[in-house]
Amino acid sequence: MQYKYKIAGGDFANAGTVASSVKKTLRQLNIDHSISKRVVIALYEGEVNVVAHAYSGIIDVEIENGRIRILISDRGPGIPDIPKAMEEGYSTASPQVREMGFGAGMGLSNMKKNSDIMNITSTPGEGTAVELITYLEPNE
Amino acid sequence: MTISEVAERTNGRIVCCGNNTEAEIEYAFSSDLMSDVLKVEKENVLLITGLTNLQAVRTSEMSEINCIVFARNKKIGSEIISLAKETGITLIESPYSVFRISGELYKAGIKPLF
Repeated sequence: MQYKYKIAGGDFANAGTVASSVKKTLRQLNIDHSISKRVVIALYEGEVNVVAHAYSGIIDVEIENGRIRILISDRGPGIPDIPKAMEEGYSTASPQVREMGFGAGMGLSNMKKNSDIMNITSTPGEGTAVELITYLEPNE
Repeated sequence: MTISEVAERTNGRIVCCGNNTEAEIEYAFSSDLMSDVLKVEKENVLLITGLTNLQAVRTSEMSEINCIVFARNKKIGSEIISLAKETGITLIESPYSVFRISGELYKAGIKPLF
């Protein structure tokens, strides 16, 4: 099964609608609760990142072959130093993002924690792509 | 402790979605930082916050928190209420500070997460 969603950068009011919709889908598919919770949290962090930092983004969700694969790709400023961005506490978020309760520099590390595999590629000035893979059976 | 008892002990008012007021609350977490709320793994958790925006409700939805107590008499907007209705989350407005709400609930047996 494949789903595609568009996100507008700066659209704070709708930040989380994709994660909410995916959460409902995973529930309908009877995906194990602890697995779906991890997937949804990682996706929500990623969605907030796109709204907070990028101009626009696309989220592709693919549920097949025993795994959930999420690809979050955006057009935006990119991440010049990915290891630095992965450090807990490092953030380039705007005051507006901080007012939302985010921007403490924990998003990427929380996404990594809540997925089995995370890959980030980024081109400064063009955008960022984050791939999140989570297996439906533990230890697969 | 039930959600209606939480409202009582925090001198709070249940603003919306009173259909799960008899649900049991076992733990509470006080935070204005939603990234920390996303790390909550336990169930039957109550969120105490001063952050009155949509993200408080969205984040609770993702972390499966079914009740939020808003501190310091913050007024909850209609957009927040409609999102809470959609997601089945109970919202309580309390005139107390985060510190006092936490203290009252802790005294009454609500457990901390860590």
